[in-house]
Amino acid sequence: MTATHDALDRVTRVPGVRGALVVGATDGLVVAQQLMDGIDGQAAAALTGSLVSRLGRTAEGAGLRPPAFVQLRGEAGSILAAPGPDDLVLVAVVGPDANLGLARLEMIEAAGRLA
Amino acid sequence: MRALEPWVVQPLETFLAESGARLTLLMTSSGQVVAQHGFSRSLDVMTAAALGAAIVASTEELARLMGASGFEALVHNGQRQSCLLAAFTTPRGRWIGLVVFGPETSVGIVRLFFDQMVQQLAAVAPREQPQVPMLAENFETELDASLKALFGR
Repeated sequence: MTATHDALDRVTRVPGVRGALVVGATDGLVVAQQLMDGIDGQAAAALTGSLVSRLGRTAEGAGLRPPAFVQLRGEAGSILAAPGPDDLVLVAVVGPDANLGLARLEMIEAAGRLA
Repeated sequence: MRALEPWVVQPLETFLAESGARLTLLMTSSGQVVAQHGFSRSLDVMTAAALGAAIVASTEELARLMGASGFEALVHNGQRQSCLLAAFTTPRGRWIGLVVFGPETSVGIVRLFFDQMVQQLAAVAPREQPQVPMLAENFETELDASLKALFGR
């Protein structure tokens, strides 16, 4: 099993996670995905890739290190993103009842092994 | 942004605002320009339209040879600028979009909002076809009128 699919498996096993993707931060395209029906992977990849890329540039402009983890919380759930090596980003779409602490730990660990 | 047909304006404006594209050209599959954004010279528009239509025709023929129905989009990635070229179906026939974008946006974002624009165009397009004959004798007049509309002069 590749590191990419291993990362997706680890994240999607966390309770409340509806899907996970590996995304190219620069191009916003899907590298691999495991999503429940009804989740638009293309949109999640494009928008999250753009968000993480811009946050990284913002942090750099402010003299800070790039973010290791991003949570975008909405009414019906959250988008979680963990930048990894080689311009890859591990993204998770989670429901409002998700175990965010566990998801964060798994994502940071799995994102570090992406390549 | 300039468009020959007013119903194209809103979907194209939304696409431009959301995607961050630098240049956009909408044309028919024969290379007749329908709308443009960002071009400052009519010669550039006509050249880009002719080249874009030719590339799409070539790739569709390649797809046919390979037994595929067609390619969804063609993307050229560059250091400073990239280019997306995609054909799509509207109630007014087969159209082509040519989008030039820089590193301030991404191919994923451009593809996402391009697809949304295609859906919006299909939704708002008038169903009746304007039947204007494109004869050799009035071709130059039509071309001049189109260029004036697209460049406002």
